[in-house]
Parts: sequence; C-alpha cells; structure tokens
Amino acid sequence: MLYEEWRSPLNASLHFITTHVYVRSFYNEIIFRCVGCAIGRKLIQKDEKMIHKYKLNGYNVVLDVNSGAIHVVDDLASEILDLIEDEHIAEEPSTNIVQRLVRRYSQDKVEETWLELYKLYKAEELFSKDHYEEMASKLGESPIKAMCLNVAHDCNLRCEYCFASKGDFGAGRELMSLEIAKAAIDFLVKFSAERHNLEVDFFGGEPLMNFDVVKSTVNYAKSLEQAYGKHFRFTITTNGLLLTDDTINFINENMDNVVLSLDGRKQVNDGLRVTAKGTGSYDAIVPKYQELVKRRKKLGKDYYVRGTFTRRNLDFTKDVLHMNRLGFDQISIEPVVADENLDYSIGEDDLDRIFKEYEILQKEIISQRKKGNYFNFFHFMLDLDQGPCAIKRLKGCGCGNEYISVTPNGDIFPCHQFVGKPDWKMGNVTENEFDESIKAYFSRANIYTKADCRNCWAKFYCSGGCNANNLQYAGDILKANKISCDLERKRLECAIALKIAEANFNLN
Amino acid sequence: MKHIFTFKKSVLKESAKNGGCGECQTSCQSACKTSCTVANQKCENRSK
Repeated sequence: MLYEEWRSPLNASLHFITTHVYVRSFYNEIIFRCVGCAIGRKLIQKDEKMIHKYKLNGYNVVLDVNSGAIHVVDDLASEILDLIEDEHIAEEPSTNIVQRLVRRYSQDKVEETWLELYKLYKAEELFSKDHYEEMASKLGESPIKAMCLNVAHDCNLRCEYCFASKGDFGAGRELMSLEIAKAAIDFLVKFSAERHNLEVDFFGGEPLMNFDVVKSTVNYAKSLEQAYGKHFRFTITTNGLLLTDDTINFINENMDNVVLSLDGRKQVNDGLRVTAKGTGSYDAIVPKYQELVKRRKKLGKDYYVRGTFTRRNLDFTKDVLHMNRLGFDQISIEPVVADENLDYSIGEDDLDRIFKEYEILQKEIISQRKKGNYFNFFHFMLDLDQGPCAIKRLKGCGCGNEYISVTPNGDIFPCHQFVGKPDWKMGNVTENEFDESIKAYFSRANIYTKADCRNCWAKFYCSGGCNANNLQYAGDILKANKISCDLERKRLECAIALKIAEANFNLN
Repeated sequence: MKHIFTFKKSVLKESAKNGGCGECQTSCQSACKTSCTVANQKCENRSK
C-alpha cells in the first residue's frame, strides 16, 4: 500500500499536540500521561517505557523512545493512546476505553485498532523497554580522538555575540606557534590509543589569521598517519575575510569539512558580524564563500554555511532561504548562546515564536524539495535507519572525555566553549599529561546521569545536549538548559515530520 | 495494518550489539559548535 493511500483518511488539521505516555514496565501498567511533559518527568521510575506523540503537518506521529521505532497513526489510534492511562496493555481494550470511544467509532474499529497497537507492543515497537541504562553505567573514559585547535585567539571581526569574547577568549590576543601545534598533534596521537580516525578542527578566533601554522600542522599530522596507523580528518571554521585563491585551494584539498560563518540576509549578518571598525562583513565574504563552494562541490566534499540567529531575526527561515539563493545547499543556523540580559538573547518568551519558525522552515524545505531544489538544513538532518549506535547516543559529544580544545599556549580545555574558564583547565599539551579527574568527570556525563535527560523523549537524538550550554545557563554540565532542550525537541519533531513528508512525496 | 503505518522499525537495540567502536565523527566537529545533535552523525563501524 502506498503511504499516501494509507494516510488519506487521516485528519489533516495542522494544529500541534504533544503527548507523552509513560508505562511502568514491571506491571505493564501505565502510571502517568500528560499533555506536555513537565509534570510527567518528575514521576518517572527507573525502568519505565516511553512514547512521544505529536501532531505536525496533519500526521499523528508516535515515537517509541526506547526502540527508536516511528509510527504514524490515525486519529482513532491517537485517541486510544491518549486514553491509555490506568489500563493494562492487554490483548483487548478495557470496557472503559471502548465506552469512551463508541459514541464516535464502532466497537469493531476500536477493537481492531487496539489489536494493532497491542501487536506493536508485543513486537517491542511500542512502549518498549529501556535496555540502555545498564550500558550507560558501564561507560568509562574513552581515548581522545577529536581536538579543537584554537590556532588564533585573535579575530578580524568583532561579532557582538561571540562566545570567545570577540576572538581572544578574554585572555589577550595570541597566535599558536607551530611548536605548540605539533605538540597538540603529538598529544592527540598519544592519547588516542586504538582509535583510527582522528579529527582536528582549526578554530579560533579566526584560524586564517594563522594560516601558515594551519598548513604546516596539516602536513605534520599527515606525516604521522602511516607510522601510527591513524587517519586525520581536518575541519576549519572561518569567517571568510582572509580567504584567497590559495587558501581556498588548500582548504578544499585538505579539509574534510569547512564551516563558513554567515548569518543570512545582509542586514541581519551586518547587524552583529562587524569588523573592528564597525562595518559589516557580508559584502566581503559572500563572493569568497561562493567561489569556495563552487570549487568544493566539484570535489564532493562537505561544507556548511553556518549562521547564528538571535531575537533580532526570529524569522530566520528567510535567512536560510537567502543563503540558499546565494548558491549554498548545506546550511546551518543556530540559536545564539549569550548572556541572558542582552537585548538579542533568546528567552523563554521567544520559544513559541521560534517553534512556529521551525515549522515554517520545515514546510518551506518540503516545498522547495517538491520543486526540485534540494538543500540541507543541518539541524533537520536525521538518520532514522541507522545513524549513530545506541552507545554513541548515550554519551553525546564526548567533550572533556574524547574531545578537547587546545589554546594557543597549549592549554587543554574540555571543549572550545570552556576555553578561558580557569577552573576547567585540564593541562597543557607540552606537559604530555593532564588532569584525569576532569576527564573522569566528563566521562560520567550521559543521558542517565543527567536527571532531566533520562526522562526526556529526545534523549537518544541529542544525547544529553551541550554540556557547555548547561554550564552557561544552568550552572552545571549535568543540568539541562530548558531553552536549549525545548528548541532541540522542536527541531527533532520537525526533522521527523520532514522525513515523513519526504517518504510521502518520494523526495529522497 | 489499517490504523498504523510504521514509518521506521526499531533500530536502537540492534545498534548496541556491535556499537561503541568510537570511530564516528564528534558531533561538534561538524557544524554546530554551540549546540548538540548527535542523531545526524554517520555510523562508521567497520565491523558490522
């Protein structure tokens, strides 16, 4: 049966409903149901089962959290799931449920739908058990495999929202020497143990301000590959001002990924991404990005044009579309991370507007793809067939454990967002040793040690979120930041809805 | 089924069996740097 044929009886109303249903597994007894989730999270027991149900684009989407199965259900099945509150998951529905539905549906239909839900339950694709907490408890320290190499604590832009204190991370402007860069590569090789794939992201500040060191570091790392059985992957994150023919060629030849910073429309970008003189950067960088991407596409290599949105451009779909019209088809735009008191910071009051904007964006992407214009939005990317394994999903980004950041003087921090926070300094690459206690601390960060994550339906997709965000807003890497989490959940709902739409319109 | 379309089958439990090789990309090395989405990363387990 074609998907569209199956779906046709569904009510295509566009309103959005979120419902969680939690089931205590031992007795197969549903203990709590809520619209929204704030209250339900508090009541969850250790080994509960969980689904997440929401409506978007006219589809009733049901995510079985612990199995990863995704179902689209009709309105009757959706209503039954809403009514499952204090009933056993039995082969037949309770009298209570039947009585509440027979005024609008025939008893045969109710029983037929219940049986379908029951079959999914028995197949462990609905209200499935949580198999992962024990795995999480066994997670330990990992080899270090990824390094953010801050080759320049200096920048030729003065972006208002920069988390790096406009380039110098609050510690003075400094460029990394080749000696320190080589020591960082040596450190990574030494502490990577058996890991084969190693990642180095040239970051800053602005890494092109120290491009000779970037080039020499790439060559040095490659020279070690054969002897140590490693494979380096390089990424560079740049604001583009210093791109030239030569740097573009080197980047395209040697970098596995390049992240090009641009916030979208000229007035949006130039409002916050300004030079030291206060002038906008858009006109200087866009032609360079276009040239780099034009050449890069021929090589089939990854790139992202990446922006930041703030309270000033909550209509950021227009910025995504603008970037697409400039010729870019790999686009990311993220909410600003900034002091909550700043006028452009995103607050809880903005959430409804942003939720609406993400819905607008996913609908626009569907519309564009139907027209044959495929572009990718980073935060709607989702590999539902395989993607990362469950183990990876338990621990997330791995900052401070398998991912570190190194400053120009060789200091080691858990990630680029911790740089400049003295309490989190882990050591120095020239010392060839570092504070194992901080590494051990981060190694324990997983979706079961974060109280807000263990009961969240999105935990296997964001994998515990950004530890630095948690520290910035909640004061603890293990405490979720509500705004970040709300936005992440909304993006995931849109991403899944987009996947469903793609299947429906055969757009893959 | 008439009332339910299973869009994606269960994948998580199976993925854990040979999981954890650690060869996949670190999420912050892709394009985020200020947030975290892991589920869009590619699996690179060569033992599967």
